[in-house]
Amino acid sequence: MNSMTLSYQSQLTARRAVSQNEIKVSELKEAAPIVEIKGLNVRTKDGEILKNINLEIPKNKIVVLLGPSGCGKTTLLKSLNRLTDLHKELKVSGQILIDGQDITKAGQNLANMRQKMGLLSQRPFPLPASIYKNVAYGLKLKGIRSKKLISHSVETNLKRVGLWNEVQDRLKSPANSLSIGQQQRLCLARGLAVKPTIILADEPTSALDPISTKIIENLFKDLKKHYTIILVTHVLRQALRLADHVVFMYYGEIIEQGHPDDILKNPKTKILKKYLIDGN
Amino acid sequence: MNRLKIIEEWIFKIISFIAAYSVVLILLYLLLVVFKKGIGALSWEIILSMPEGGYYFGGDGGILNAIVGSFYLSVGATFLAVIIGLPAALFINVQLIRLKRTQNTIRFFLDALWGIPSIVYGAFGFAVMLLLGLNASLLAGIITVALLITPILVRAFDEVLKTIPVELQEASFSLGSTKTETALKVLLKQGLAGFITALLLAFGRGIGDAASVLFTAGFTDNIPVTFDEPVATLPLSIFFQLSSPIEEVRQRAYAAAVVLTIIILIISVSARILSKRYSKNSIK
Ligand SMILES: Nc1ncnc2c1ncn2[C@@H]1O[C@H](COP(=O)(O)OP(=O)(O)OP(=O)(O)O)[C@@H](O)[C@H]1O
Ligand SMILES: [Mg+2]
Repeated sequence: MNSMTLSYQSQLTARRAVSQNEIKVSELKEAAPIVEIKGLNVRTKDGEILKNINLEIPKNKIVVLLGPSGCGKTTLLKSLNRLTDLHKELKVSGQILIDGQDITKAGQNLANMRQKMGLLSQRPFPLPASIYKNVAYGLKLKGIRSKKLISHSVETNLKRVGLWNEVQDRLKSPANSLSIGQQQRLCLARGLAVKPTIILADEPTSALDPISTKIIENLFKDLKKHYTIILVTHVLRQALRLADHVVFMYYGEIIEQGHPDDILKNPKTKILKKYLIDGN
Repeated sequence: MNRLKIIEEWIFKIISFIAAYSVVLILLYLLLVVFKKGIGALSWEIILSMPEGGYYFGGDGGILNAIVGSFYLSVGATFLAVIIGLPAALFINVQLIRLKRTQNTIRFFLDALWGIPSIVYGAFGFAVMLLLGLNASLLAGIITVALLITPILVRAFDEVLKTIPVELQEASFSLGSTKTETALKVLLKQGLAGFITALLLAFGRGIGDAASVLFTAGFTDNIPVTFDEPVATLPLSIFFQLSSPIEEVRQRAYAAAVVLTIIILIISVSARILSKRYSKNSIK
């Protein structure tokens, strides 16, 4: 049981002993965790959704959350953004430190705190406005008024997610006229426009074709230079392609975590083994 | 088994057909009766002129006082109701989002208020009027009708807001907006079509209600210029004309009813058109 809650940092040190890849390890070790989750519990009156989650997320890395449907991945992302506040039935306890600051106690600056974390929800939810205004929304909230700056940001971010060519002629059309895959990319562009430091992406490529998926995956690899990314996916190959660190969850608990090569190729627990075999 | 299903399907079809069409038929029949009785007396003169001396005994004139009065009163009351009702509905749905029990208690009281007959509002308005030393007037009428339609409006707005998926709020929050910004920039826009429909229906309820204005708005042959003058309304105009012993005047009552019906029809048709137009951007 102890190994389950073993911190990322100490796992890395353990890895050092076996790994020849010294450079990679020391590089990882430098990065102080940007998110520290300590003893996080989320429960409803019917039971526990998240049980004693302890997790450290290093800066400028991609951490992938894996696990069967209903194991609590989305709930974990939502607690990081305090969107659990919107659901009265969810009781949250424990600590979540972002840059050393406990966000479970954030009062006044909740909006600022949320702006630091771009959440890309599992189902895309464009705002009830035009394509253009969806991307501009967050910028306007930040108090940016310059039309030039805004339209520049709209264009760059739509280009980054590979949507620009499809929508440049109809930026004024309602965002709900886009296909689900386009909406998914629009929501990503909208989130990136506010320049968060952490990106919480809940199955961001679930509705995308292989080409768009590749664009988004490459975008994430690129974004990693400046952002920390927590990604939920059900696609094991994607996890392998993108992850610096993989966290496997099962019924609200973290069962195993570590380097993708270890987790996805040499699973220790039976549960993960079964999950990987069934997944392939 | 299969034949049973086909029969079942047919029975269901026939029942829904009858139900749907009987509603339409009743409406058409009602319109037909009112129109048939009123159309003879309906003329531009009756719509565009004020009642002259002895109008209720068959004298010349029209019901312009009541048409304009009804508009004054309903516009005022709807305006007042929206000013109170929209923030109230937003408050219930945004600020109280975690307090389900409080939300439901408020909803319960609003529903109870909705169910109170309008004559009770009329009596209440009358009592308040006396207390404040007001006369039967446009102002007192506006306040009473506003009281009558505010619960309707709040609950209708509330139902609109309730249908907005919580994920939309989540999206707005995660882009860094506060509750107020989310309410004003996302919820209002998403619900706009529904709000407009609710508003027009409340307006229709206000313009058609007689009992609440009976004691509070009074009646006059003139169009009020200030808020403390009495005001005529279409429902009361119909009532007074219908109680006349003179056949010609009773026919004019039906003409007034036709006018009122047409106004209500125009309101519901525009509610449909507007809600279609304003739902362009909303997320389904
Ligand atoms: N607001 C809520 N009220 C009650 N139960 C909830 C609530 N939100 C989530 N749950 C429950 O918590 C569990 C975890 O849900 P969650 O959405 O986090 O799963 P997930 O890992 O994201 O699954 P998926 O891969 O299907 O998206 C589920 O059993 C779900 O029913
Ligand atoms: Mg999920």
